[in-house]
Amino acid sequence: MTDYKHSVYTILRNEPLTDAVWRLVLEGDTQWITRPGQFVNIALEGHYLRRPISVCDADATTLTLIYKVVGEGTRRMSAMRAGERLDLLTGLGNGFDPSKAAPHTLLVGGGVGVPPLYKLAKELLAAGRRVTVVLGFNTASEVFYADEFERLGCTTIVATADGTRGVKGFVTTAIAERAADFGYFYACGPLPMLRALCDGVRQDGQLSFEERMGCGFGACMGCSCRTKYGNKRICKEGPVLEKEEIIW
Amino acid sequence: MKDTSVVLSGWRLDNPVIPASGTFGFGNEFKDFYDINILGTFSFKGTTREARFGNPTPRIAECTAGMINAVGLQNPGIDRVIAEELPRLKRYFRKPVIANISGFSIEEYAYCCERIDREEQVGLIEVNVSCPNVRHGGMSFGTSPEAAAEVTRAVKAVTTKPVYIKLSPNVTDIVAIARACEEAGADGLCLINTMLGMRIDTMRRRPVIANTMGGFSGAAIFPVALRMVFQVAAACRIPVIGCGGVETPRDVIEMMMAGATAVEVGAANLRDPYASKKIVEGLPAEMERLGIERLADIIGCAQ
Repeated sequence: MTDYKHSVYTILRNEPLTDAVWRLVLEGDTQWITRPGQFVNIALEGHYLRRPISVCDADATTLTLIYKVVGEGTRRMSAMRAGERLDLLTGLGNGFDPSKAAPHTLLVGGGVGVPPLYKLAKELLAAGRRVTVVLGFNTASEVFYADEFERLGCTTIVATADGTRGVKGFVTTAIAERAADFGYFYACGPLPMLRALCDGVRQDGQLSFEERMGCGFGACMGCSCRTKYGNKRICKEGPVLEKEEIIW
Repeated sequence: MKDTSVVLSGWRLDNPVIPASGTFGFGNEFKDFYDINILGTFSFKGTTREARFGNPTPRIAECTAGMINAVGLQNPGIDRVIAEELPRLKRYFRKPVIANISGFSIEEYAYCCERIDREEQVGLIEVNVSCPNVRHGGMSFGTSPEAAAEVTRAVKAVTTKPVYIKLSPNVTDIVAIARACEEAGADGLCLINTMLGMRIDTMRRRPVIANTMGGFSGAAIFPVALRMVFQVAAACRIPVIGCGGVETPRDVIEMMMAGATAVEVGAANLRDPYASKKIVEGLPAEMERLGIERLADIIGCAQ
């Protein structure tokens, strides 16, 4: 018995995937993670606010997170070893709604926006959907998880801005060239990518957003945004919004 | 059995622990984490006449031992607070609540306070004259003794419930403002609100907060808050609610020894949703350690 949406996890593995991107595998109570696209909020000693990190994958006892080292907090995380413990708020946010998927569904990830699509891809494939994944990075050395998506059974297309791997250009280029016949999409990545995607495709979809958060569970109103259906909190009603409700 | 009860203007609280306005919403996000009826009470999200979205994002910046927020009084407006939030709150909170009211004019303060005064769920009204987040907001009222007194008089004229003025620390002499509020008829004071601060994103070479500045809160401000509570409690006869950086039962006891009758817990609730619960549950052991039987006995004992 653990607290509501709060638990202490034990690190099983913490390993680099690229120069800046790490994978953290934790063991603990995963009962609050009910949908792909949810996130956890990690308390770090010496840092006042928690670090929100999207859930890449979860099963009955383990949780996989992929994070990018961008500041002191994530640098500290990358120095943690197997056996160390982490205090997490888990199962935060609404995540993606997989029930909206089409027979052929497109997943679009940019940089550290890629991880939450992994658990989503697993669920969509298990539900019998055909899944095409387009992953965008700056350059070949930053690419991660392309093989993992491939192994799940997704048609996987990589795009790099400098053309060092896969399609040269942005995810929108790759979609136009190689994956235009999907029925519905799910996306997570930097804001300019999400916007270009929404402008560039006619299909409906869901997009996961980032914002600086105070609490991560809806109390502080730090991460509010306006939508066609009123104000929403990225941490609580989000981080996933439907394409048609977004006010850019 | 330790007696943790305190009395604020005739209202007996089971304990002095009160989550501060803006860190606890209308209780809804916390009721799933724990039974919030264990709290003394809580102060609800700062409410204005009209619904407000608040400031652009980013609104949050991290600091050493604290954080900055520039939410800008996002709230559903007084009509929806009365029509929706209070009835919903009643389903999971059996105690009276503190109504935190903000305004951009004397008339707005009076209007909102008059409306909320009629609500039986409201135990007392906390008037925010100090929020530093809103460009044309409370700052001006809370930084001058005359303006703070004017708000106090206007609110007192239209209310029957106790009125507590929540003071800004961003002033030269908080005692002068506290005295002005007391003379204008305030039933109590709450201090401190957040301290004006900022951070710069050194990669972008721009302020982290879209609004440039915001309110600094968290453990780092505790000594400043404690000092101001000590000074104000010494200078005023009305009760003081101590607020600012409170994170532990020990902090509660320090605030009370400085002269606070009750204590608000703010930013700690945001890092740890269980923070206020842990403080409530930890108080008896801390009292035992210090040989305190009745918490109310220590109010102002360090004066």
